[in-house]
Amino acid sequence: MGLSIIKPDSNINFVGQRKTFMALSLVVMLVCLVSLVMKGGPRYGVDFAGGVMVQVSFDRTVAPEAISASLADAELPGLVVQRIGLAADNEFIIRASLSDANPETMRSSIQRSLATNLADTSFEIQRLEMVGPKVGSDLRSAALEALYYAVLLIAIYISGRFEQRWFIAGIMAAALATALYGLGKLGLSKPYLVVAAMGLTLVLCWRLKLNFALSAVGALIHDVFITVGVFSLLDKEFDLTIVAALLTIVGYSLNDTIIVFDRIRENIRGRTSPTYAQVVNTAVNQTLSRTLLTSGTTLLVILALFVLGGSVIHDFALAMLVGIGVGTYSSIFVASPILLALSPEELPEEVEKKEPSKPKYAEV
Amino acid sequence: MREGLRWRIVVALFVTVLGLAYALPSIPIVGNSPLGKVLPEDTISLGLDLRGGIYLTLGVDVDKAVENNLSQTGQDIRSVARDESINILRPRMVGTDKLELVLLRADQKAALNKLLADRFSNVVNENPVDLEDGKVRYTLSYTSQYREYLADLALDQAVKTIRNRIDQFGVAEPDIRKQQDHRIQIQLPGLDDPERAIQLIGKTAHLEFRIVKDDANLENAQRGIVPPGHEALPYMVRNQAGGYYESVLVVERDAAMTGEYIQDAYVNFDQFNQAYVGINFNESGARRFEQLTGEYTERRMAIVLDGKIHSAPVIQEKIRGGRASITGNFSRDEAHDLAIVLRAGSLPAPVTILEERAVGPSLGQESIDQGVNAALIGGAMILVFMVIYYGMSGLVTNFVLCLNIVLIMAGLAAFGATLTLPGIAGIILTIGMAVDANVLIFERIREELRRGLTPLAAIAEGYSRATLTIMDANVTTLLTAIILYQFGTGPIRGFAVTLSLGILASMFTAIFCSRIIFDMWAFGKQRTKLSI
Repeated sequence: MGLSIIKPDSNINFVGQRKTFMALSLVVMLVCLVSLVMKGGPRYGVDFAGGVMVQVSFDRTVAPEAISASLADAELPGLVVQRIGLAADNEFIIRASLSDANPETMRSSIQRSLATNLADTSFEIQRLEMVGPKVGSDLRSAALEALYYAVLLIAIYISGRFEQRWFIAGIMAAALATALYGLGKLGLSKPYLVVAAMGLTLVLCWRLKLNFALSAVGALIHDVFITVGVFSLLDKEFDLTIVAALLTIVGYSLNDTIIVFDRIRENIRGRTSPTYAQVVNTAVNQTLSRTLLTSGTTLLVILALFVLGGSVIHDFALAMLVGIGVGTYSSIFVASPILLALSPEELPEEVEKKEPSKPKYAEV
Repeated sequence: MREGLRWRIVVALFVTVLGLAYALPSIPIVGNSPLGKVLPEDTISLGLDLRGGIYLTLGVDVDKAVENNLSQTGQDIRSVARDESINILRPRMVGTDKLELVLLRADQKAALNKLLADRFSNVVNENPVDLEDGKVRYTLSYTSQYREYLADLALDQAVKTIRNRIDQFGVAEPDIRKQQDHRIQIQLPGLDDPERAIQLIGKTAHLEFRIVKDDANLENAQRGIVPPGHEALPYMVRNQAGGYYESVLVVERDAAMTGEYIQDAYVNFDQFNQAYVGINFNESGARRFEQLTGEYTERRMAIVLDGKIHSAPVIQEKIRGGRASITGNFSRDEAHDLAIVLRAGSLPAPVTILEERAVGPSLGQESIDQGVNAALIGGAMILVFMVIYYGMSGLVTNFVLCLNIVLIMAGLAAFGATLTLPGIAGIILTIGMAVDANVLIFERIREELRRGLTPLAAIAEGYSRATLTIMDANVTTLLTAIILYQFGTGPIRGFAVTLSLGILASMFTAIFCSRIIFDMWAFGKQRTKLSI
């Protein structure tokens, strides 16, 4: 047999430590929340806030201040000049918000200002992104909607798969759609609508006793929130690729959680331990080796992307690093404890009684 | 068992060969070799972020198009009415969606109503109002269905016009398509001079001929005070020294004629070697122009392009033959581009650039190099790790991982999907997920071995127990990928496609293909030791 990180008979008492880790998670989330509130929400990049971003490379050494000064006559609101890569590359990113400026003349006015005021060096515009305010807000609502629908579909899928409660999950979806329609009619704006819907989903999961779904969704929100919070703490910008990263984190975190849940379900069926707590703890231990291996290899690849992938993909890789790290943690220390907190102390009798009627799972 | 195994090997080989056939042409060395001619022609197309180029989202002001159309209809009503000896005053627009016309004799009301109902069925005729001196005021507007139809038509025409212009400009593989909310998405790969292309695309080239009100007070007009039904437009006037100064002219608000009748446009030079653009009208345009110049002889006619007056010559006589020219302060390039846009047709409505993303070709190449390098190094680290950790079984994983990547590439090529930078990230992530599936199976097999099962039984048990878990985990990821595709645009969609392909490929390779290798290894012999 090959190597192993975790000894086969490992029996770490994760469940016993759950209060400590819950407290830790809450503290981290609080820090993220404070950072987000103090900075007035995530720092939206050009994609969502609208504006212009130009990546320029010069063939001679230029100070960022000189670039800002040379752009003074272009009158760009909210101008920021930032060096990227090594100092020797002489590459800069110039950002500005659009506000009333005419997007169509933005490119030429930047080009003209640089050419006249920095006449001693030639430059090349390597990348330009200009997003009008209307498109920006459209993209913002689409991204929020995407995150929300992902969570909703997942809640329904988990309820169906793990608790055989497709019908109740369907009712939840219908109730949500109705509530959302109603709230929409009241003229609530998209972001608030999505936050309201997210809260409503959690409440519905709780009221309908969809414990697996609630725990998984809880862990998801935990992971996404912390990733967003870390971005806010590091003062990184939020753009479309970061949303792609967040949705991937959602998928990954869920992947992790489901594998533990699968094992919990299997152990409940096999009645390996008398109490729920022990069942959960055993399941976490049994899957620990897999969890660490997979996260390890995935992190290895993302690390390669982060270090070697180049400027364009750098922030994407950072989001994935944070998200997958947090996602691994949450599948061990957040999802299962929530499930445990919601469940009865003793294993439910009915699971065994029902078993013959579910031949599909008999072999699992 | 034997039968089952044979059948599965056939399926796996078939998929592998198919995968290779679609994946290989995308590798330049193979694609250009004699082998490349036998293989399918589909290759993976690279996104603009990887090969450089421009991505534009244009908003089309379709309301303006409908307004122009209604105004034109007003002219048509007047000329048809004149043929039937119904006397109406020149129609004028009220706001942006209503047309007002005044009938001079109330006793012709029935005739006009009939004419409107018969010939202009898309027009809603509100109750005409009787004015004091025997005149009747009509207020017309389009039905909402017809407005929608016109809006769609305007969008289609805009797409067609832009395609014509880009074709004349000469860009390989342009991609122009309609989007929701009257938007047009344009992708122009590998373009060197984005600025000129954008100007060419964005130029409305809305050409109008408008009659000048010569007796207007220009000082008042500068301050925005103009007689009703008129407006002041900027006018570039050429002075003796050859320079220009900006002035205004007061012109009628409704165009006497628009540029839609243009058949051809070309650059020419006058006696001062100043470039001008000559235009030829088509047949109905020529007729219209003749009628117009006959009606307004000795008046000045302003040639208005996109809201700016370029010249305002005095009409000497009725012009037959359908030729006109636009003079103004053009450079040769400007005149050339103007001729292109006039020939390609004017946009039915003004367009605005809502979104622009441009990547220079050098950065694109740099990005792809870095992305591929990172992917190779990350992948290599995993391959080494798996062999160290799982021994021979790790080799099996490595084999199916490579097959996995081949299948993703084949899928991208076969579906004509676009590989973007986030897409490369998606492939890298998929490698992680594929490793996960293998790890899940192997950890299970190890568990079963520890319970004292024989290798053969442990393999069977491990696969069957891990399969459902893998399915559950991957279906949820697939759900997020689908949502990503639904809501995402451009590069994000590319990411979603690679992720979905990768998940499907990894389920196939990890559950189906690697099992075959283990079964082949175990087949027929009572193996006692498994390197895992």
